[in-house]
Amino acid sequence: MRPTTEDDLAALVRGATGPLRVQGGGTRGPLAEGDVLETAGLSGIVLYEPAALTLVVRAGTPLAEVQAALAAEDQRLPFEPGEMGGLLGRPGDSTIGGVVATNASGPRRVQAGACRDSLIGVRFVDGRGTVIKNGGRVMKNVTGYDLVKLLAGSHGTLGVLTEVAFKLQPIPPATATLILPGLTPARAVAAMSAALGSPFDVTGAAHLPGTGTLIRLEGLAASIAYRVDRLLVALAPFGQAVVERDPAAAAALWQQVRDAAPFHGREGDVWRISVRPSDGPEVAARLGGEVVMDWGGGLIWALYPAGMDARAQLAGIAGHATRVRGASANVPAAAPEPAPVAALTAALRAQFDPRGILNGEASQ
Amino acid sequence: MQMPAPDARTLGRKPVIVARLREVLPADAVIDDPVELRAYECDALAAYRCPPLAAILPRSTAEVAAALKVCLAEGVKVVPRGAGTSLAGGAMPSEDSVILGIARMTRVLEVDYADRIIRVEAGRTNLSVTGAIESDGFFYAPDPSSQLACAIAGNIAMNSGGAHCLKYGVTTNNLLGVTLVTMAGEVLEIGGAHLDAPGLDLLGVICGSEGQLGVVTEATLRILAKPEGALPVLIGFDSSEVAGACVADIIRAGVLPVAIEFMDRPCIRATEDFAHAGYPDCEALLIIEVEGSPAEIDEQLGLIRTIAERHSPVEFRESRSEEESKRIWLGRKSAFGAMGQINDYMCLDGTIPVSALPRVLRRIGELSAEYGLEVANVFHAGDGNMHPLILYHANTPGQLELCEKLGAEILTLCVEVGGCLTGEHGVGIEKRDLMTVQFTPADLEAQMRVKDVFDPAWLLNPAKVFPLAASAGRRGN
Repeated sequence: MRPTTEDDLAALVRGATGPLRVQGGGTRGPLAEGDVLETAGLSGIVLYEPAALTLVVRAGTPLAEVQAALAAEDQRLPFEPGEMGGLLGRPGDSTIGGVVATNASGPRRVQAGACRDSLIGVRFVDGRGTVIKNGGRVMKNVTGYDLVKLLAGSHGTLGVLTEVAFKLQPIPPATATLILPGLTPARAVAAMSAALGSPFDVTGAAHLPGTGTLIRLEGLAASIAYRVDRLLVALAPFGQAVVERDPAAAAALWQQVRDAAPFHGREGDVWRISVRPSDGPEVAARLGGEVVMDWGGGLIWALYPAGMDARAQLAGIAGHATRVRGASANVPAAAPEPAPVAALTAALRAQFDPRGILNGEASQ
Repeated sequence: MQMPAPDARTLGRKPVIVARLREVLPADAVIDDPVELRAYECDALAAYRCPPLAAILPRSTAEVAAALKVCLAEGVKVVPRGAGTSLAGGAMPSEDSVILGIARMTRVLEVDYADRIIRVEAGRTNLSVTGAIESDGFFYAPDPSSQLACAIAGNIAMNSGGAHCLKYGVTTNNLLGVTLVTMAGEVLEIGGAHLDAPGLDLLGVICGSEGQLGVVTEATLRILAKPEGALPVLIGFDSSEVAGACVADIIRAGVLPVAIEFMDRPCIRATEDFAHAGYPDCEALLIIEVEGSPAEIDEQLGLIRTIAERHSPVEFRESRSEEESKRIWLGRKSAFGAMGQINDYMCLDGTIPVSALPRVLRRIGELSAEYGLEVANVFHAGDGNMHPLILYHANTPGQLELCEKLGAEILTLCVEVGGCLTGEHGVGIEKRDLMTVQFTPADLEAQMRVKDVFDPAWLLNPAKVFPLAASAGRRGN
């Protein structure tokens, strides 16, 4: 099913007699069992006001199309969403709705926030087939409950997104990435914490095996020159950093971090682990294998033997671990939530989708 | 503004309810004396007052949980209260409700500069969060005007903003975790020092839920290193339209100041009379603040000057000292106080798309003339969050009602041009009955279903946010 209007989509959901797999480009996240309900028919930019840093776009619009339209005006989505197709081995065009449904957020999350922080409005069809809007197209809005955030990252379980609105960012004219080679995970996190705790407005802090520990600055040209100098001094205890000033070369490095590129096409499961940054080295040590660290150490992508339970190694560390690639009959992909929180989640799903038809049972 | 008739059974059981609360709370944490209760009869929306049945001031999450269990068992409504600075009536009690004040819970529980977080009890004031870390070069970014007095609990309830949110975001963008006590007395840990939620983003919907989903007793907040410096510039224009166009051009050019504030002539004149900040007498002025090292500030101000000069400003005033910076901010920061000196006023906070600014300012001028009530505009121009101040005389019969009617027209206008009723103050009781202007019945139903999950009996702050007619079936009266 590939509706081309919101009304048609609502009618399809109302008329559904069994489970539905809500799908944008099918490049991210687990794929649910059920009849496929594609959003790609709901495509196109509804409103783009560069002078107001505002974009409203239909959920099925390809991410690449959105990014091209913004780039033509020297603007971008602040949260640097990744492409998961390469990691998961799924061809296809990622859609902006899929980005929102998975709250996909890249390295800039440490400074500009996640997808949910740039998302200012949604329209969606809930599991009853009712069209609901929340938020709008303005940056500051506390009118009623913030269902915008609730929908971001809800993996299509509360409703089918039909339209999403963002606040945008101008693309800064200059950028530089400091690369510190050869640090252990513990030293890397210490260096990233020092950089993120400085006044120099770091927009990315990651640890990429084989390349080094990366610290990104973005802004006006003279400001970048100044901040690079200051950070080189501040990070001197961690070794001599190489400075990558070429925007394209730097972007290629950050894309590797963003998409967990070192694990593309490799044997094994991939886990995504979210912890407080200072726990990052301990996670890396317990898992023992290869890791990519982002968000200053707070996000860890780990390559782990197929079918094995990485989560079991992380007992006592606050946060959560999700298997994003791989399958196991015994180990759930998503971390189980504490019982009272799980009860709230289940009750919310029952309110928005009382028949339980939206992206229910997931398969890998 | 109407409130539901108080529940007679609850009023009659006051002695029992108070006694049961005293069983689970220390003696000094339960207030039932009518004179003492007057302190809780209103918040900063002082036009509406009603003393509560009782007020409780717990000192711990466990005490909050115990008290809520009693209230649920008794079927008593509970109105959570931070510091009582809500401009929307978010903490206004009803006669049959218990005020749950969090003001005694003010401790700092953890500071971690490596992970850039602070965990505090939610009764702590906004400014004292920064106070606990500023000697180490860090700060908590959201800065509502009431930050000296307002509590983090209230900031979370209303998703408060502030002048600097153009760069740093509002409360929800700086909140990492909460300890939430539900109406059933269950204590939940939502989020924490890590950055994202494992499942549904419950934290996202709790923030801004106006005390209707649970009571937040502790919060984990993101902290940031203080910039090396900050400098404001003041630019005067002979028309509001031109000032608005200048804002659009600055944003379009890729400069992202931390704040862009806008004042119109009525507001400039009133604040000059009051604060003598030395502002130019012009139609509109912008205060733009940029951050960084001296060289970085120069670079940004150079760009802003180039853009501004294309719009023929009547004045472009750069600050060269701390003293000059303070004078530039002085008038803006005294704007509300100045208005309070000359009149009673109602402060609205609708947000509009910045492109609609000229049209909205013109229409507000027309409405002001029609109603015969002066309106002064001071607002966060970078994000379109307006703050029209309607001046009236509370002692003149009929003026409050006239003022509310004009306020409703202005907010309806904000929605018509693609904006919203409230950008940072919250709905409370003040904008409750206008919600149908912005939302369809289905939109409101979806929001109320969230409350059904967290608070099935609708006892937490129940007569707020949603129009009374829409929530009547759920509130049970």
